[in-house]
Amino acid sequence: MSTQAAPAEFHPRWFRKRVSTWWWLGEWHYLKFILRELSSIAVAWFVVLTLFQLRALLHGAEAYARFTLRLQSPLMIALNAIAFCFVLFHTITWFNLAPRAMPVRMGGKRVPEFLVAAPNYALWVVVSVFVGWLLLRTP
Amino acid sequence: MEYAAHKPSNEAGFWLLFSAGGVVAAVLIPIHLFLFGLAFPLGWLPQPSYEYLLSLARSPIAKLYLFVFCALPLFHWAHRFRFTLYDGLQVKHLNEVIFTFCYGGALLGTVLAAHLLWKI
Repeated sequence: MSTQAAPAEFHPRWFRKRVSTWWWLGEWHYLKFILRELSSIAVAWFVVLTLFQLRALLHGAEAYARFTLRLQSPLMIALNAIAFCFVLFHTITWFNLAPRAMPVRMGGKRVPEFLVAAPNYALWVVVSVFVGWLLLRTP
Repeated sequence: MEYAAHKPSNEAGFWLLFSAGGVVAAVLIPIHLFLFGLAFPLGWLPQPSYEYLLSLARSPIAKLYLFVFCALPLFHWAHRFRFTLYDGLQVKHLNEVIFTFCYGGALLGTVLAAHLLWKI
């Protein structure tokens, strides 16, 4: 703030406690915040996996078979299971954030949060069903 | 801190990419990750064939879809991960390195996605 003058000569330094690196472990709210931030790693992980998948598709049927085989290893299953939990966490927190970031008012009253978030969930279901249908149908 | 003295920054643009990527990641990644990462490898559902996936990936709409699918969530990651490292580790002297790593990574992934989709 501009009201805070720079410390004069011989003025004691402003007291500011250094925050521990593990400040987020103490409280559920803080932990939730960090978990939400870390969900971005799961997002990036799956994009990288998709890039490898595209590369395998490009390199031919054999390369793609190798790619799918690699995904069956227990390590990959475990990593993807963890990533899936994080991505779901991202989706839910993201959708629930929308009504906070953009409060909708109708007739002077604030629309309840779940009604603002509901279209997001509806869109999510519709898109997921469509993608699932496209990948599962046997042409 | 004198806020008025700040020079104009690109923060708004980065934030826009972050939130657009957040929407794309929230809506699209769960189903893709569930199918390709869990359901297909574990045999819960039948794998789509190589030929079918290739024909899908070669359609222009799917190329656009896959490009957005890769690019925007990477910028979402870059923004979030950057601030996690800033706040979490409190290593101010490394902030520029972190910035370059995050957005450089996102840019690299975007270029790779464009390249792969172009050639597929």
